[in-house]
Amino acid sequence: MTGETGTEAMKGAGPAQLEVRGVTKAFPGCLANDDISFRIEPGEIHALLGENGAGKSTLVKIIYGVLQADEGELIWEGKPVTIHSPHDAREMGIGLVFQHFSLFETMTVLENIALAMNDVRDMDALRKQVEEVEKTYGLPLDPDRHVYTLSVGERQRIEIVRCLLQNPKLLILDEPTSVLTPQEVEKLFETLRRLADEGCAILYISHKLHEVKALCQKATVLRGGKVVGGCDPREETAKSMAEMMIGQKLTAPDRGEARKFGDVRLAVSDLSLASDEQFGTDLKGINLEVRGGEIMGVAGVAGNGQNELFRALAGETEQEAAPDSIKIDGKSVAHFGPRRRRRLGATFVPEERNGHGAVPDMSLSENGFLTAFRRMALSAKGLIREVPTKSFADNIIKTFDVRTTGSGAEAGSLSGGNLQKFIVGREILQDPGVLVISQPTWGVDAGAASAIHQALLDLAAKGTAVLVISQDLDEIFAICDSVVVMAEGKMSKPRPMADVSIEEIGLLMGGLHDLEGNATPANDMEVEGGRVGQA
Amino acid sequence: MEWIVPFILTVITASTPLLLAATGELVTEKSGVLNLGVEGMMLVGAIAGFAVTASSGSATLGILAAVVAGTLMSLIFAFLTLTLMANQVATGLALTIFGVGFSALVGSGFVGFAIEPLPGLSIPGISAIPIVGPILFGQDFLVYLSIAAVIGVGWFLAKSRAGLVLKAVGDSHHSAHAIGYSVIKIRYLATMFGGAMAGLGGAYLSLSYTPMWAENMTAGRGWIALALVVFATWRPGRLVAGAYMFGLISVMQLHAQGAGIHVPSQFMSMLPYLATVIVLVIISSDRAKIRLNAPACIGQAFRAAQ
Repeated sequence: MTGETGTEAMKGAGPAQLEVRGVTKAFPGCLANDDISFRIEPGEIHALLGENGAGKSTLVKIIYGVLQADEGELIWEGKPVTIHSPHDAREMGIGLVFQHFSLFETMTVLENIALAMNDVRDMDALRKQVEEVEKTYGLPLDPDRHVYTLSVGERQRIEIVRCLLQNPKLLILDEPTSVLTPQEVEKLFETLRRLADEGCAILYISHKLHEVKALCQKATVLRGGKVVGGCDPREETAKSMAEMMIGQKLTAPDRGEARKFGDVRLAVSDLSLASDEQFGTDLKGINLEVRGGEIMGVAGVAGNGQNELFRALAGETEQEAAPDSIKIDGKSVAHFGPRRRRRLGATFVPEERNGHGAVPDMSLSENGFLTAFRRMALSAKGLIREVPTKSFADNIIKTFDVRTTGSGAEAGSLSGGNLQKFIVGREILQDPGVLVISQPTWGVDAGAASAIHQALLDLAAKGTAVLVISQDLDEIFAICDSVVVMAEGKMSKPRPMADVSIEEIGLLMGGLHDLEGNATPANDMEVEGGRVGQA
Repeated sequence: MEWIVPFILTVITASTPLLLAATGELVTEKSGVLNLGVEGMMLVGAIAGFAVTASSGSATLGILAAVVAGTLMSLIFAFLTLTLMANQVATGLALTIFGVGFSALVGSGFVGFAIEPLPGLSIPGISAIPIVGPILFGQDFLVYLSIAAVIGVGWFLAKSRAGLVLKAVGDSHHSAHAIGYSVIKIRYLATMFGGAMAGLGGAYLSLSYTPMWAENMTAGRGWIALALVVFATWRPGRLVAGAYMFGLISVMQLHAQGAGIHVPSQFMSMLPYLATVIVLVIISSDRAKIRLNAPACIGQAFRAAQ
C-alpha cells in the first residue's frame, strides 16, 4: 500500500536522491535556515515539519532554485549541484506543487501547463502527453477549461500534472491538502504512493500531522531555522510530533463542563444573496441558528460561499435580502452596515488579516481602536482617548501572548500567526454577544492555534454565540458543538458534533446534499483515520 | 463621389498614429504595466523624428530617431516604476507632463520649418488604379507598418510561447515568478515596445500627417490611444476597429464643418471624445468580458517575495 518495500530495498543501494548539507540562509534581521542537513532516498516519502517561520518555505525555495543558499550545498544523486533557477530545478527533475497555486486564472488548463514546461513543444503534442498522464494517474482534467471555472481540487490537479509531465525524481508538495476534502486527500495520497513506488522521492510539507503519519516514512523537524530532530511518523503520535515542532508540551483545548446553551443569539433564515464577486458563489436559502454558549462550525471546501456568508453576516455586502433574514439577539439587522451590527454586540474576524482584518501600515493600538472604539469607549467628543486606546492594545498583547515590540508596532510587521492572535484578541476582549470568525487558525502554528481555540472555548463558556467558518475539519472537531456544511452556496442542516463522522462531512463537502439526514458513507469512499481530534 | 477617395485617405491618416501608439500600449498593459505617459512619449517621438529629418534630410533616420526617443522615454518610466517601484499612475502622468515640456523646449528652434512629407508607395500601374490604387497601394511606410504591427502583435499574443509568457506575467506576476519567469525583465521589454510604438505614432504626426512641428501637436491623441486599449478590451483586432472608428468620427467633424452644417464647431470637435466616453461606459458594463481579457495585475508593482 505504501512505497515501503521499494524504499527499504533502495536504501544503502546508492546515493541519496537529494542530500541537503549545512544549508544556511540569512535575511536581514533573521536567520531563516541555520545549518540544515538531511537526506531523501529515492522512493521515500519524507515529511518536513515545523511551525510557521521555522524555515520550511525558505528551504523549499532554495531546493527549487528560487533562492540561493548563503552557505552549504545540495547533493543531487551523489553530485554537488548549484540550482540557479526553477528552470534548472525542473531540468534536473525537481517538481514543486505550490501551497498558493502558481496558476493563471484567465488561461486554459493546457496553457497553464505549457507555461511551466521548460522545453517548447507544440501544443498538440503536449495535449496528448497531458491526456496520457491524466489517464495513467487517474487525474481527470479538461485541457481547454479556463482555470477560474475549476474547483480548488481541480486546480491542484493541474499543478500535479504539470510536475508529472517532467518525470520528476523529487516532488515537493507544500501544504497540499489544506484545501481538499477528505476524499480528495485520499485520492492524492494514492497518487503519491504510486509515484513513490515508481522510485520518485517525495518531500511532503504539512501542518496536518495525522496525514503525515498516514503517508510518510521519515520526518525532519525544523524549529527556528534549525533541524531539531527526525523521526519515523508511523511510530509517533500526532501529539508527540506537534510537541517536537513547538518544543514544549501541547495542551489539548479544554472544552470545560458540558455547556448549557441559552437563547438563539444569531439567526439566519432563508438568506439568498447573489455574490458580489465576478466568480463568486451565490448564497442559496441559508438557514442557521447559533445559541448563546454554542460554537457552531461551518465546514466546506473554499469557494463554496463561505466568503459570501461571512460578508453577509458582517454587513459588508449591500443587502437586498429582507431585513429579518439575519437577526442578532432577535433584532433584524440584514439592512444594517457593520458598525450598527457591532453596536448590537456582534464582532467579526475575517479570513484575510492584512488589509481586511487590520490596516497593515497602522500601529496595533490604532488597529485596536478601529473596531473597538465604541464598545471599549476609546473615543470622546470625536477625539481618540490615547491612554485607554494604548492600554486596550497592551491588554490584547498581554492576554493573547502577541509577540511584538509593543502596541506602537505596525500591524504589517507582525508574523501571520501573531497578527491573527491580535485580531482575535481584539474582538474577544470586547466581550461580544455574537462572534463570527473565518479561518481562525489558517496558517497559524500549533502553539498559537491552541491558544486561539482555548480563547474561543472560554468565550463560548461565558454565553457568546460563536460561528466558526473553517476549512480545517480537525479544528471543527476540536472545538465545535455543532456543524453545518456549505457546498455550492447551500448549507446542510446543523448536526451535533457528537453524532457526525468525518466521512459524512466529507461527502457533504463534495455537494452530496441528498445524503443529508441519513448520511451513510458510500462503500468506495474509504477515509483513513476516521474521526481525528487535535491530539 | 469625387470626395470619397480623399475622405478615406484622411480617415487613414487620422487613424494611423492612434493605432501605432495603442498597439504599443496594449502590449505594455498585457504585461501588467499601465503607462499613462503615452502622450508624452508621442510628443518626444514627434519632435525627435522631425528634428532629425529636418537636420539630416533623411526621413529614415528621423523615424529611427523617433523610435529611439520613445524607447528612452519608456525606459525612464520603466526604471522608476519597475526597478524603483514608484507608483505607475503618478509616474505615467509625470512622464506626459515632462514630454510636453521637453518636446516644446527642443522644438522651439524648429517651429516654422517645413519638410517633405513621407513618400507614399508607388507601384507603377497598380497605384494608379482608380479608388483602390491610392487607398491600398499609395500609402506611406508607417501606415503599412501600423497594420503589420497589429497583425504581428495579435499573432504574438495568441500563438507564440513568448506571448503566452507575457500574458502570464500580466495575469499573475507572483505565479509567473514562482514558475521561474523574470517578471521585471519581461515588463521592461513590453514597456520599451510601448515606448517605441508611441514614438512612431508621434513621428507619423510630424513627418506625414502635418509635416511640421507645433508645440503639443498630439492634441490628446496619446490619451485616446490609452482609451482605445480599454475600448478594445485588450484585443488587437478590436483595436483596429476602434482606431478607425475614432479616425472616421474626427474626420467627419471636419467635413461636416466644411459642408457648412450648422452645428457649433466646438461641439463637433467634442464628438470623438464623447464617442470614446460612451463606448467605454458601454464596454465597462460587461464585467465578464473585461475580466477575461484585462491583465489582472495591471498597475501593480511587483516585489519578489522572500
